Amino acid sequence: MRFLKRVWIWFDDVTGISAAMTPLLKHPVPKARRSAWLYVLGSATLVAFLIQIVTGIALASGYVASAGQAYDTLKFISGTDFGRIVRGIHAFGASAMIILIGLHAIRVYVMAAYKYPRQVNWLTGAALLMLTLLMAFTGQLLRWDQTGFWSVMIAAAQAGKMPVIGNWMGHFIMAGDTVGGATLSRFFAAHVFFIPALIFLFVGFHLYLVLHNGISEPPEAGRPVDPKTYRSWYRALLARDGEPFWPDAAWRDVVFAFLLVVAVVALAVIVGPPELGKPPDPTIVEASPRPEWYFLWYFAVLSLIPKWSEDWVIILGPALFIATLMLLPLVAGKGERSPIRRPWSFVIVAFIIFMIAYYGAVGKIAPWSPRMEAAPLSVQVVGSSSGPVADGAKVFHDKGCEYCHLVSGFGGIRGPDLTYAGDTMTPAQMTTRIYSGGANMPSYNGNLTPDQLSALLAFLSSRHRQPVLPIPETH
Amino acid sequence: MSEHAATQGCKETGRRRFLTRLSITLGSLSAALVAIPSIGFLLGLRKSPRVWRTVGKLDDFKIGSTVNVSFEDTSPLPWSGVTAQTAAWLRRENDQQFIAFSMICTHLGCPVRWLADADLFMCPCHGGVFYGDGRVASGPPPKPLNQYPVRVFEGQVQILTTPAPIA
Repeated sequence: MRFLKRVWIWFDDVTGISAAMTPLLKHPVPKARRSAWLYVLGSATLVAFLIQIVTGIALASGYVASAGQAYDTLKFISGTDFGRIVRGIHAFGASAMIILIGLHAIRVYVMAAYKYPRQVNWLTGAALLMLTLLMAFTGQLLRWDQTGFWSVMIAAAQAGKMPVIGNWMGHFIMAGDTVGGATLSRFFAAHVFFIPALIFLFVGFHLYLVLHNGISEPPEAGRPVDPKTYRSWYRALLARDGEPFWPDAAWRDVVFAFLLVVAVVALAVIVGPPELGKPPDPTIVEASPRPEWYFLWYFAVLSLIPKWSEDWVIILGPALFIATLMLLPLVAGKGERSPIRRPWSFVIVAFIIFMIAYYGAVGKIAPWSPRMEAAPLSVQVVGSSSGPVADGAKVFHDKGCEYCHLVSGFGGIRGPDLTYAGDTMTPAQMTTRIYSGGANMPSYNGNLTPDQLSALLAFLSSRHRQPVLPIPETH
Repeated sequence: MSEHAATQGCKETGRRRFLTRLSITLGSLSAALVAIPSIGFLLGLRKSPRVWRTVGKLDDFKIGSTVNVSFEDTSPLPWSGVTAQTAAWLRRENDQQFIAFSMICTHLGCPVRWLADADLFMCPCHGGVFYGDGRVASGPPPKPLNQYPVRVFEGQVQILTTPAPIA
């Protein structure tokens, strides 16, 4: 023990480590009192990032970034006991990092901690938020299953909508003319080297600024930020009512980080990693790519906005989001910080959470997506196993009607529910609709034989709220 | 301050300015020397020549029917694996004429499926529907399905490899 102590004294003497670190660790911070637990979100995001680094290195040691083999290496990793857990930690860690950086940004926004002198703290944080989303996108794609493959194709198609540089951007994303051998290596390098390097850089800058400007004090109504007097006022506050960061404030960060790690590891062990889809084979026609939960709301919004606005939203939406984040601390750099005096901040946060939660839930259901896996309607649903009604039910399935229209709980929900079509439409109205189509329904004019049409009409007309006598089977 | 010292100071300032500029210039040059080939490699996208790929014999395809065919990209990298393949929907119009449709939906790039009984293409993502000849039938797609050049050559049906359709 005494020997170790002497080693430490020597080491500290020749490195000056404690002289350099102690002031950093013990720097005074304002007492946050009731809101103290809200101050753990930033460090928790960093801990989530550290989880990603450790598990990411472990995964990279078993992963082959080759378009032809990556999928198999993922199966290999998932097939080992620890590999399965590590994949799970990495996936839940990614979700945790996104949730935490989002909550951290919301906390800073509601408390207006981005005002003078912490504007650049906010800007570096905004950059980290963008980089985190990029990590999320590039990471889910490295799974290189069918969804991973089509994610690249869809990203390239969306980038292609940019004016002037769109075509080049699309091909840059694919690293060539098509998604192929060169594509995956590019995303691997971005996910493992390039974006993390930028994250390190911005985290370093962000932490330096936290120390340089001091952590923001909890806001109070009627105490606006005045750039002329703020710094001297803040110094006086720390002298009067500060406490050393370590351990008075830091213990909360450690406790929360511990709970975070336990939660992520527990979820990884219990739930396991996200399931691998089909192989990334573009010749497999049955593919319905879906984004991860954090992009589902965006997928939903893109699906629900009017068609004409789509290209604009794809280009301007992200640009506007970034511009808003950048401009916020620059145009609102002083004045009231208290959310009581900035009630709109609650409205904006509620709006953002609503968008992500509600449209995320809508995106999960994806009512606009046809249900192409829908099986032919059963005899119980149809009500007969032969005759025109049964024939019509077969036409209803074979012509793709069922992929978009619900009948007694079976089929798609893109178009109107036809469970009681017989109550709401006459055969003539049905015929008009079937032949003319609509904005989201193809015209079946010339597509149906007279027999098919009459069978279909018989089937649809037999859809009633009350069970009725079977239609006489006449041809 | 004596005149001598002032001159000395001026010289010193000039020397420092020169050394500062020298260091910044050399530093930037070093960075550029490393960055140019690295970025050049990153931006140097692989452009493949276009070649005709056989997808089957003429007699394999029935007139009026649309089937899924796949063919290998022009010069796939050896490690491309299954991604070296491209799939297309091939429709035989008449004795000698074919249409080869790209599977990439013109809306957002999802793979469209052929509903043989309905004579329609349908996209699983947002329900875009195309007629058998590739025209938009309904839903969000802004343009008809893209087509690959296709020909009949010595009794073989061939498709010309084509870059993925990016708007």
